[in-house]
Amino acid sequence: MSLKNDLEVLRDQGLTQIKATESMKDLNDIRVKLLGKKGPITNVLRGMKDLSPEERPKVGAFANEIRDTLTTAIETRKNSLEAEALNKQLAAETIDVTLPGRQVHVGTSHILTQTMDDIEELFIGMGYQVVDGPEVEEDHYNFEMMNIPKNHPARDMQDTFYITNELLMRTHTSPVQARTLEKHDFSQGPLKMISPGRVFRRDTDDATHSHQFHQIEGLVVDKHITMADLKGTLEVLAKHVFGAERTIRLRPSYFPFTEPSVEVDVSCFACGGKGCAVCKYTGWIEVLGAGMVHPNVIKNAGIDPDVYGGFAFGLGPDRFAMLKYGIDDIREFYLNDIRFLHQFNTEG
Amino acid sequence: MKISYKWLQDYIPLSEDPDVLADKVSRTGIEVASVIRPETGLKKIVVGHINAMAPHPDSDHLNICQVDVGEAEDYQIVCGAPNVAPGQNVIVALPNSRIAGNTKIKKSKMRGVQSMGMICSLQEIGFSENVVPKEFANGIYVFQEPVTVGAPVFKYLGMDDIILDFDITPNRADTLGMHGAAWEVGAMYAEKPKFETNDLVETGQSIANELSVDVTNKNLVPAYYLRRIHNVKLQPSPMWLQTRLWNAGIRPINNVVDITNYVMITYGQPLHAFDANKLTSDHIVVRQAQKKETLETLDEVTRQLSTDDIVITDDSQTPIALAGIMGGKQSEIDGNTTDVILESAVFDGAAIRKTAQRQNLRTDASTRFEKGVDTSAIIEALNAAAALLVKYAAATVDQGYLTGQAIKPQAVTIPIKLDRINHILGTSLTLDQVIEIFHNLGFGTAVTDGELIKVTVPPRRWDIHIEADLVEEIARMYGYDRLPVSLPKVAMTPGEFNPQQKFIRHAKRQLQSAGLSEVISYALTTEVKATQFKMTQLDQLTKLNWPMTEDHAYLRLNLVSGLLNDIAYNVARKQTDLAIYEQGRVFPKPEQQVRPNEVEYLAGAITGLTQSPNWLEPKQAADFYTLKGIVTNYLATLALKDAVVYRATDRYSEMHPGRTADIYIGDQFVGFIGQVHPLIAKQYDIHETYVFQLDLTKLLEMPNQRIVSQPAPKYPAVSRDIALVVPENTTNAQIDAVIRRRGGQYLQRIKLFDVYQGKNIATGYKSMAYSLQFQNPEDTLTEGVINEQMTHILDYLKSELNAEIR
Repeated sequence: MSLKNDLEVLRDQGLTQIKATESMKDLNDIRVKLLGKKGPITNVLRGMKDLSPEERPKVGAFANEIRDTLTTAIETRKNSLEAEALNKQLAAETIDVTLPGRQVHVGTSHILTQTMDDIEELFIGMGYQVVDGPEVEEDHYNFEMMNIPKNHPARDMQDTFYITNELLMRTHTSPVQARTLEKHDFSQGPLKMISPGRVFRRDTDDATHSHQFHQIEGLVVDKHITMADLKGTLEVLAKHVFGAERTIRLRPSYFPFTEPSVEVDVSCFACGGKGCAVCKYTGWIEVLGAGMVHPNVIKNAGIDPDVYGGFAFGLGPDRFAMLKYGIDDIREFYLNDIRFLHQFNTEG
Repeated sequence: MKISYKWLQDYIPLSEDPDVLADKVSRTGIEVASVIRPETGLKKIVVGHINAMAPHPDSDHLNICQVDVGEAEDYQIVCGAPNVAPGQNVIVALPNSRIAGNTKIKKSKMRGVQSMGMICSLQEIGFSENVVPKEFANGIYVFQEPVTVGAPVFKYLGMDDIILDFDITPNRADTLGMHGAAWEVGAMYAEKPKFETNDLVETGQSIANELSVDVTNKNLVPAYYLRRIHNVKLQPSPMWLQTRLWNAGIRPINNVVDITNYVMITYGQPLHAFDANKLTSDHIVVRQAQKKETLETLDEVTRQLSTDDIVITDDSQTPIALAGIMGGKQSEIDGNTTDVILESAVFDGAAIRKTAQRQNLRTDASTRFEKGVDTSAIIEALNAAAALLVKYAAATVDQGYLTGQAIKPQAVTIPIKLDRINHILGTSLTLDQVIEIFHNLGFGTAVTDGELIKVTVPPRRWDIHIEADLVEEIARMYGYDRLPVSLPKVAMTPGEFNPQQKFIRHAKRQLQSAGLSEVISYALTTEVKATQFKMTQLDQLTKLNWPMTEDHAYLRLNLVSGLLNDIAYNVARKQTDLAIYEQGRVFPKPEQQVRPNEVEYLAGAITGLTQSPNWLEPKQAADFYTLKGIVTNYLATLALKDAVVYRATDRYSEMHPGRTADIYIGDQFVGFIGQVHPLIAKQYDIHETYVFQLDLTKLLEMPNQRIVSQPAPKYPAVSRDIALVVPENTTNAQIDAVIRRRGGQYLQRIKLFDVYQGKNIATGYKSMAYSLQFQNPEDTLTEGVINEQMTHILDYLKSELNAEIR
């Protein structure tokens, strides 16, 4: 049984060597030495021909067992050496994850654009069209079609930059409504539109006045549009812009192009209506004007006011943005300080 | 209009808290801007009687007064007012009192003399300079009527009243009189106001014996009435009248003028009083002013009149008043006045408005005439004033009044159906509810067929003449809070942006993703900045008629100057690394047009660093090619059919002549790109800046390529690099064109990867290295095919551009 002893010694020595190996190269050498074609186990197996037929299978099986044991040990050691090597490499590759990332420069859209986009998308979703119109407008569309004849006291409400007696910088985006109403074919369905854009007033620029600002006006005309519809629409708008908890209230007012005319207040988003500095302790903030389209405006567009009617509203994106973001000087919008503009680079 | 709560109480029983009342008025009719309690913040201010007075030994203007303030002993108070005198009843702020501006008054010594408080002017207890009677404007106030010494002054001065400031919209001028305000408030409480008037006793002769009147321009003077008053005793008005005036914001002057003002704020009807003895004739003529006529008005301004103005004249010779706006200085009521001509009239609102605008003279009277007056109150107001003159100025009134032009006030009848009201409001009001509201407003109603209401609106509500006006009355009185809430129930309509709106939004998104931030500049600018960087040479500027300032007088023809303004603003604030763009309109005006066109433009500007140095990357300065990359990438997203071509140009005086290119799509000019000329940059006070400007309207009209999907290539592409040495004035575009022309059907892409000048390259030459990519979508390309093609390309580069292959 010396052969078996030899094998056992071989196994024990082999296992010790394998265990002690620290490099892949050494491990490979050991593998070749122990298990290679010239290795001791192969030798044992080769020497089997000298054994008796009874011993042959026993020794053979034992030799195979030893070979498998060593092979497994080498494999295990190899895995563990590889893992060690990888861990070493990973350790060496460690970086400071707190270093700043590579800069990606993305521009910001102007806060007024964001404010208008937000409102435009709301109304697009409700089936309105967005209509642009000229910024240089005729007196006819800016005033007369809107039921503000020459020398009407209401012209005082909108100090105007004139270019000629008949041509002016539009003071509101209502003339876009007049132009659209005039062209609209009601056999194709109702008119639902908003008209956003730049408007101009003959004002001296200060914290609360700007000779250039923006407006979004809305108009819905069909055979049966009610003031309740106006109230509902404005409530959707107020909740969309100022938060789902907001409520609105209407107060009587006067615009030559609507009758009845109302001012619309929204419950204060800063205090929820309890009263604070933002709402001047009233719980309400005036945000827009609205009303039922004046029959003269309908008539001026060549439409029968006994059959068709509707509502209109007008709001100031500048004012909306000032309220929403606590901006206290309207000139900020047009001075374009990059630090001011970049604050609004988040959604929300 | 300042509405006195106490005055309202004369007309309607009111017990509502004034703040609650104000809120109700705001919610149903007229915005109440504020509720003013004049005595708020004041305390320990009482009536004092000056028993004795002696000059201060150490002062030439101070006096030491012994003042009875209702205490056991007189208070010694030092007073510096020029009009202080013994025997006067005055306003005394006691020690530890509070006067206007929350100022505390303490016991003090004035130049060594003890002073127990202060004798006050009206201004010192909160009166506006504008309402203080002239005689007390520069001194202390002295009570003219009996007062209780030691009592708080507030009730004597009308400061215990509460004033509601009605912010009246142009359509509700009916509430520019207390009667109108009472109707409005009364309607809310279902209270019909009751107005008392003094009966007028006419004891003079018949007016026709003394005065005649002619109105020549009757279309502009719908009503004109005069009364003749004698023996007027001019004096200050009684306290109750003065306090009502100053609480309404009007300065008391004398009883005659005060009475005309009092009647104006009572009825909303402006009156005017002439001193009859200052006229040369007894014939009043109302006519248009003549060219070159002048009139000195009460405010001592000599005004050049225009033929649009209406004037009251003395026998058609001398103008004595600018009708409906302001009287003439020459016929002013003064201390010597005994005889008065009183005028109550209606003047055309548009005419008054025009004159008031041109003369820059807005008065209480002009405001009312512009917006209209109650035609049923004109004669009533005239008579009321005459009766008050009898009572408070001991006047004798001639019998009857003169009519230059008579008006017949007419109620308006408007039919309206109940279901029409509900149709417009979305309500389900009943007939009874609607009729009750009309009755509360003082409107008459007659119902036929159980649904048609004929509403009779009195002349005092001249703002109401159509059905919609009645609907508004119902809506506001019913209450907007009670209106139901719904959304329009109409046929579906698609909501979408139109192609131009989409195109513009796309452009903005592209530039933002390339790192440019949006700015919004002014469309109105200076003449110089409006024309700089313009892209159309023939177009002209448009100027405003009456600009507010030269800074905003012209409509811009370009967006770049606005961007440079913004850059300058930022650079001045140490923000030097900038990448911005604007999308907006420019206003070029072809010569034969009055109206400018409106063209959508897109412009961008970069300056400073596009990459600030950081631990990963070195700094990178903005340059031409940074911006060109941004523009090229944007244009590539438009999938234009024709190629984008950059052509060097020196045609813009505001641009660097060697660093500017016009941008063409095919042969269509669409914009430019380049460096702002250093001299212009200096003018704007900015550093090296690169800009581009594109005509979006033109770009939108350019033909597009329809995108047809191609399968990803199955066969590999092959690249070949070539390095050329060419004369240094050879452009990339020239080389590119030759390669493209001679590249054969498989040439797919040309990429310039190196440009070099210097060592190893002869002076006057440069090296340019290109990588060419070939691909056959049908098959693998063989070396032979590519080599043949490369030889072909190189041959032409040599022969056409003198290129040498390195």
